[in-house]
Amino acid sequence: MALIKMLPAELKIDFMGRRKIFMAFSILLLVMSVVLAVTRGLNFGVDFRGGILIEIRTTAPADLSSLRSRMGALGLGEVSLQEFGSPTDVLINIQKQDGEEKEQMAAIELVKSALGAEVAEYRRVEFVGPKVGSELMKDGIYATVFALLGIAIYIWLRYEWQFSVAALLALTHDVIATIGFFAVTQFEFNLATLAAILMIAGYSINDTVVVFDRVRDELRRFKSWEVYDVLNMSINVTLSRTILTSFTTLLALIALFLFGGEVIRGLSLGLIWGIVIGTYSSIAIAVPLLFTTGVRSPVPEEEEGNGEETAELIEN
Amino acid sequence: MVQFPKWQVFAIVGVLVLGLYYALPNVFKEQTVEAFPSWLASDQINLGLDLRGGSYMLLEVDLEAVEKEQMTDLVENIRSILRSASIGYQNLGVQEGGASFTLRDTTDEMVSRVRSMIAQIDGGLLVTSSDGTFSVVYNDQVRQQRRISVVNQSIEVLRRRLDETGTKEISLQRQGENRILIQVPGVTDPEEIKVLIGKTAKLTFHLVDQNADPYSNSAPVGSQIMLSLDEQANGQPRRYVINKRIMVSGENLVDAQSTFQDGQPVISFTFDSSGAQRFARVTQDNVNKPFAIVLDGKVISAPVIRSPILTGSGIISGNFTTQSAEELAVLLRAGALPAPLVILEERTIGAGLGEDSVNAGKIASVIGMVLVVGFMALAYGFFGLMANVALIANLVLIVAVLSLFQATLTLPGIAGIVLTIGMAVDANVLIFERIREEIRNGRGPVMAVEAGYKRAMSTILDSNITTLIAAVILFQFGSGPIKGFAVTLIIGIITSMFTAIMVTRLLIVTWLRRRRPQTLGI
Repeated sequence: MALIKMLPAELKIDFMGRRKIFMAFSILLLVMSVVLAVTRGLNFGVDFRGGILIEIRTTAPADLSSLRSRMGALGLGEVSLQEFGSPTDVLINIQKQDGEEKEQMAAIELVKSALGAEVAEYRRVEFVGPKVGSELMKDGIYATVFALLGIAIYIWLRYEWQFSVAALLALTHDVIATIGFFAVTQFEFNLATLAAILMIAGYSINDTVVVFDRVRDELRRFKSWEVYDVLNMSINVTLSRTILTSFTTLLALIALFLFGGEVIRGLSLGLIWGIVIGTYSSIAIAVPLLFTTGVRSPVPEEEEGNGEETAELIEN
Repeated sequence: MVQFPKWQVFAIVGVLVLGLYYALPNVFKEQTVEAFPSWLASDQINLGLDLRGGSYMLLEVDLEAVEKEQMTDLVENIRSILRSASIGYQNLGVQEGGASFTLRDTTDEMVSRVRSMIAQIDGGLLVTSSDGTFSVVYNDQVRQQRRISVVNQSIEVLRRRLDETGTKEISLQRQGENRILIQVPGVTDPEEIKVLIGKTAKLTFHLVDQNADPYSNSAPVGSQIMLSLDEQANGQPRRYVINKRIMVSGENLVDAQSTFQDGQPVISFTFDSSGAQRFARVTQDNVNKPFAIVLDGKVISAPVIRSPILTGSGIISGNFTTQSAEELAVLLRAGALPAPLVILEERTIGAGLGEDSVNAGKIASVIGMVLVVGFMALAYGFFGLMANVALIANLVLIVAVLSLFQATLTLPGIAGIVLTIGMAVDANVLIFERIREEIRNGRGPVMAVEAGYKRAMSTILDSNITTLIAAVILFQFGSGPIKGFAVTLIIGIITSMFTAIMVTRLLIVTWLRRRRPQTLGI
């Protein structure tokens, strides 16, 4: 026997009635995301902005201020240092140097010689040239757009067009809100973050499709019902599953966030946020949008019969 | 849905057994696995550079430099042809990517004569002329072929430089038109690699123009001023006036080794027969004159020829350390790069960080797994346990597929596995929730299970296919470690559908048959 029951069996929460509140909240969220992303900007990692990233392990707990002043004296422009997971681990971020790739390589040499003997181990040295940085960014944008369109086309083929539009809008909502999340927190936005965004899209659509599938089923079963009520019921009957799955996924991701190491902390945090926002958008945005775009119960049977007759006539 | 033909049961059990078999080598240490008999599966998961440590470099072949060089050669070729035929010309030079010049005699007869002379230099030349002004370029096909061959040749030279013995696990791949991706596992110091790829290593031997003053601003026609590779005591490089004509070149080398002469590190070299002949002739004709050894436009040294060298082998002395002599010997043996290389992107991960990441990934996966398993048992009781069996089977299958196809597991790939652990129970949750509903609607156990599976099926397929679309696009557009994330996700989605739909169903149906329960504890 199950020890915990998540939700009572017969749920009747009026999600549809609150759809205007959800919409208002989401629009506010999106506007804030865009505004913040534009004004405050994203903290682009070395992958996208180009530049140099060096992770060192020092022999004794690192003296960040001394390191900082020594790095600053090298004349390499903006250099940022941060402790990375332990007092002996330091992450050094160096801005893109003027000039070609050769100048960037020279900067790495300069930093290495300035760091000298207190470095026990170079754990990571990453250099991304200006050319590659902008290419990675372009590929990332393409990937996101193609993924969203690919998903929308699949939904369009399997369901009615309204489902496709609603899904596309809900996914775009998740992507923009996640970009906003990174603008607010100023966590590093890198290739892994981009992968997280795409996976959020993948997860969120998974959630959305489960509810959509139910909507399609119930629309067929209860043709005489108001669409509004069918939508509400569909959310309610799938709510237990939605919450359970989101919860197990969150459990796994929280483990990853806490124990997976510094390097993928940003990735796991992005995913955690995405699961929350994706779950919300499936329920509060995607389904209400079906109502707004005017989804209808399938055509009554006698009309379908007429359609077949016409087809036969044409064949004859 | 509650019916299983015999073959299906065999197939499901078969897949699971195979999964265990291929996943098994990962439980052992590498040395243990190597000692396995050859008929046993022994492939472990192939760890990416971010997990095992190593260097990843993206290089660009500077094709423009090659084309420029080819144009300069073409101009010199045209010059010598016109000169030897005593044809007057002016303004010969490179213009708009082609060789261009104007004839003094612009009669049709002369123009067509020069045209046919130029056409004989190379079949791939395109010659246009108007009013005695010529423009000569290589046609697109020839240029395209050259580009391809320059890049391929560069890869070959790099392979010889980085992995002379062919025993290291160095991967060199062509990327796009003019890029090369190098992946070298287990490197602690990428500088060693950079030294080996940073030089074109074009070695040439020249006579020294002793009459000209190396400190004047311009050199006489046919000569040029070159600097020495290393600095003098005053911190300035030495200056030489070098005769431009190449007497012997590194292309004729068959061997180069670092060795010692009078306690100094030097490089001994051997020419092939045509190189040996030329070397013999030059040294015979120029005894007691300095002979400059030039590497990539810098003079290594200019020793005086004491006696003719007829054996075709000699010594390059210079201000070498043991290490730099060895490096140069490797470069000379591997041959010159046809074009300079530019490092566009470099990522070096230390073995220590890689190991830490693997350990952190393992701990996170196990903890994530325990949390999900515990939660499922609490939420669905007996059915939760069935889902957990499927979840573990899923993990085994992912490991098996990764090992079998030798897909590369990266750090984001581990994140993909953890995400899959969380999402894998989804299909089961969907089914169980449906079964719960059917029971509420008053169906008996068998009917509820039947209907639950049947009705959840299309949802499971649609939801997983859409996620699969995102993962495949991620694989297509992602680079490096991100591809690894997509790979584990794609594998995870497919294996989780198999375990959820087939494995749990088989378990539950078997249980239903054996026990014939009156109620389902769900």
